[in-house]
Amino acid sequence: MQEKLKVDRVIDRYEGDKANLISILQDVQREYNWLPQDVLTYIAQKLNLPLIDVFEVATFYKSFSLKPRGRHLITVCLGTACHVRGGQRVLEEIERRINVKPGETSEDKQFTLETVNCLGCCAIGPIVVIDGEYYGQMNTRKVASLLEKYSKKDKD
Amino acid sequence: MAKEKLKKIEDLRRLREKLIEQRAAKKSWVIISSGTCGLARGSGKVIQAFKDVVKKYNLEDKINLRITGCHGFCQAEPNVVISPEGIFYQRIKPEDAEEIVVETVLKRKIIPRLLYVDPQSGERIVYKKDIPFYKKQRRLLLENNLMIDPKNINDYLAIGGYEALSKVFAGMSSEEVIEEIKKSGLRGRGGAGFPTGKKWEACRRAKGDIKYVICNADEGDPGAYMDRSLLEGNPHSILEGMLIGAYAIGASEGFIYVRDEYPLAVENVTIAINQAKEYGLLGKNILGSGFNFEIKINRGAGAFVCGEETALMASIEGRKGEPRQRPPFPAQKGLWGKPTNINNVETWANVPLIISKGADWYSRIGTDKSKGTKIFSLVGKINNTGLVEIPIGMTLREIIYEIGGGIPDNKKFKAVQTGGPSGGCIPKELLDLPVDYETLTKAGSIMGSGGMIVMDEDTCMVDVAKYFLNFLREESCGKCLSCREGIQRMYEIVTDISEGKGKEGDIELLEKLANVVKDASMCGLGQTGANPVLSTIRYFRDEYEAHIKYKRCPAAVCKEIIQYSIDEEKCTGCMACIKACPQGAITGEKKKPHKIDQSKCIKCGVCSEICKFDAIMVE
Repeated sequence: MQEKLKVDRVIDRYEGDKANLISILQDVQREYNWLPQDVLTYIAQKLNLPLIDVFEVATFYKSFSLKPRGRHLITVCLGTACHVRGGQRVLEEIERRINVKPGETSEDKQFTLETVNCLGCCAIGPIVVIDGEYYGQMNTRKVASLLEKYSKKDKD
Repeated sequence: MAKEKLKKIEDLRRLREKLIEQRAAKKSWVIISSGTCGLARGSGKVIQAFKDVVKKYNLEDKINLRITGCHGFCQAEPNVVISPEGIFYQRIKPEDAEEIVVETVLKRKIIPRLLYVDPQSGERIVYKKDIPFYKKQRRLLLENNLMIDPKNINDYLAIGGYEALSKVFAGMSSEEVIEEIKKSGLRGRGGAGFPTGKKWEACRRAKGDIKYVICNADEGDPGAYMDRSLLEGNPHSILEGMLIGAYAIGASEGFIYVRDEYPLAVENVTIAINQAKEYGLLGKNILGSGFNFEIKINRGAGAFVCGEETALMASIEGRKGEPRQRPPFPAQKGLWGKPTNINNVETWANVPLIISKGADWYSRIGTDKSKGTKIFSLVGKINNTGLVEIPIGMTLREIIYEIGGGIPDNKKFKAVQTGGPSGGCIPKELLDLPVDYETLTKAGSIMGSGGMIVMDEDTCMVDVAKYFLNFLREESCGKCLSCREGIQRMYEIVTDISEGKGKEGDIELLEKLANVVKDASMCGLGQTGANPVLSTIRYFRDEYEAHIKYKRCPAAVCKEIIQYSIDEEKCTGCMACIKACPQGAITGEKKKPHKIDQSKCIKCGVCSEICKFDAIMVE
């Protein structure tokens, strides 16, 4: 019931307006870190929308996750400027180290790996963002110690 | 501080005078750049350090700290400018704050260590205006970022903000506003370059009592971030532009569709809207004119195609962002079926400027067919990375070499990519082309929203084509078969080429497919999606051929056909690469040249990054 209250609050903020479906999903995802299926069903009921419409939107846009995410969200920028400076290699090194592909979560639920098209910080590319913290001028060499930092945080 | 509603134009004028007076009383300003790039480089801590120092020395009355959006010179972030002289200090650390305040602000002494050093002459440069990066620009829009704390509407008012709106209310009819914009020659800054005044006129003439204006801030082109900088650094200029546009068109509701990947932009625009409301610059009966206008923010959710206007409108309506057939154009049938006018962020930001200074003044800047300035983000393999605002018509050479300071590490220039995934790569033979809408299109690229990614000899053009195809393949909404399958197939062919599996005839097949995708797709994404492939084939066919015929990647990028090895003469036997190699593929003894076991090597490149002696060879 408590859970439903959270969703209700978000929906109320947008006055239950169907046109705000995307904003509602964004805010709900911020609460849960992902979009669980029962929550989507509940949103559909509340907004008086067919479930398929809610699913359509939730699956069309890249920033929605229909799977639980890990404790830390790693976002690798793959904008053109990062790409020509070796962003792809950085991504591959992270993939190798935590053994997941973009869009997936590591088995121990520690990391979720995602990519983004451009963050507009091209001067300091290649860029990796972990939990909103920006790490510029990345290279494959720095990956191990960066990941270590977050693994350590979890242990403490 | 509660704001009193401004009920008439006269109230705004009086408030402005008061604000100017207040600001003149303070002697010195320390202007700290803190856009997203600045924050990523630690400007948050720098700001705190300055605040602490001002408090420590009790200087609240003498010094004004102004925390602004980005100053454009990303390379130098975080930087501060000390006014009135305009002393420029770059790459500031928190521990520099005290020295800057005590020495420079109080005693007007320069701290040489913090100055910008011109890489070409080796000279230290004191004033911002003398730095080559800034010198050749014409910063009509961007320079205001230095004058404004984006979280404080009063800063915008003090530099003449909302004066253009007053001028419109004081004596311009809707038709006169549209006429002025038409006369200025302003063209859309989002990509296609459609004349803004004409667009407004079409929407004005469309039948309907409800009309909408939209600001397209879904800046999706990778490598372009001028819109973010304007949204973060000067949000009111966009609101004012939209107000004027809405008045001209007859709209009373506006939307800003902004990427959710730009949290600071969302924050600053939200604050700006609220502050404008408090003053009554948004809402009912604005400045007593009888004109009503509200603006709402919609956050994007990570779909590149939503930059396309019909997809964007679908997204605002709360649906998936799928483009639809045009006509009817948004001017006739837009948001919720009502006449709608969509312009890009930079276009809106130009509007107050044109109204204030006049179309005649504006149309003297630029070329015959392309008026005004355009902001480009100069990024990639370039010395001075940053946002560059230039009169349209400047040559690529001037931008890249005089403003951008050329290519780092003495590497050779290969190409510049403009226009993002819809654009193309322009080779060095064409560096003297003037940058304007028509010329870039003729060269096989487009002006686009203004990304300019510089590539050097270490960039593989087949890899670049593959990069954009992969991008478009993922971002295609899938509605048109030609785009969905055509781009996918082109991606597969280019991937094969990059892996040394290319066949004779592949280039021709790519060209054929590219033309089908271009002709048979409905929206801009598909229609221009082949440009990166076509332009790289057009100018760099030899690179494709090297991959296909000789299974070689001349720039040593394509992983599947390159090999890492160790130069025995350069290797000092320091064992650094042995320790770093994740595969244990490198063997050798101390002080003796090492060796790479090719069967174990995964070509991750760690060895080449760690080697201090340049002994890792890639070919």
